[in-house]
Amino acid sequence: MAELNPWQTLETFRRELDRVFDETGTRNEPFFRTAFLPGRAARRYPLTNLYEDKDAVYLEALAPGVDPSTLSLSVVGNTLSITGEKRRVAGDVKPEAFHRSERATGKFVRHLQLPVEVDENKVHADYKDGLLIVTLPKAEKAKPKQIAVQVG
Amino acid sequence: MAEKTVAAPEVQKASMTESTRHQERYVAPPVDIYETRDGLVVLADLPGVAKEALDVRVDNNVLTIRGHARHVVPGEVTYREYELVNFFRQFELSDKVDQGQITADLKCGVLTLSLPKAEEAKPRQIEVRVG
Repeated sequence: MAELNPWQTLETFRRELDRVFDETGTRNEPFFRTAFLPGRAARRYPLTNLYEDKDAVYLEALAPGVDPSTLSLSVVGNTLSITGEKRRVAGDVKPEAFHRSERATGKFVRHLQLPVEVDENKVHADYKDGLLIVTLPKAEKAKPKQIAVQVG
Repeated sequence: MAEKTVAAPEVQKASMTESTRHQERYVAPPVDIYETRDGLVVLADLPGVAKEALDVRVDNNVLTIRGHARHVVPGEVTYREYELVNFFRQFELSDKVDQGQITADLKCGVLTLSLPKAEEAKPRQIEVRVG
């Protein structure tokens, strides 16, 4: 009977997983090509980063070329929804006029769970250089409180 | 218009090697190129690149786009799905582009370059004479 070698088992498992990922092709595909394909990445546009300090949570979303008039944000409880549309070109261009078409375009909806309760009335958003920056001030009760230590 | 540097996937891979060398990480931005009657239009997605941090130049028939992206958000990062990287891409221009007339416009993170065709490359209506 062959000796049980856990490392070898793990190695086989890893190779198996690699093969699965290679076949789906997502690993080698740059995000910008797949961003709007249904089923694959449709729920992950725009990509977002979250930042936090003691007063607020900041969301930064990578959304170049989104028509600002289509952008809409809403906060319900601690869920932030972003919807909008990225158009390929402003005017009407015939498909056969394109030599290259690499930019991902389309309509998007994204819902994000925020890590803390926010004050919905004070949320504001800026759209600058293709980055959407949403400032979400924390609700009073979610802010950290300094507790004084009594020396007695 | 031919692309001069390596294709996007390769550049992408190179950028993933060492995360500490932040300033030297470049990716090729995705572009759309379409043709109009008067010339070519190049659209490039450059999120996070301000006007001052963008360098577009033509030298020796090579069009170079280089941009530095910067985060502007305060606070500590708590959740990350992407990193802002620098952009670099080159294209070789044909003689049919009037290089003195190229215009660039950066809006909402998208660079729009218009490359007008040189006079002799424009489509011309040829009059048919009946004689």
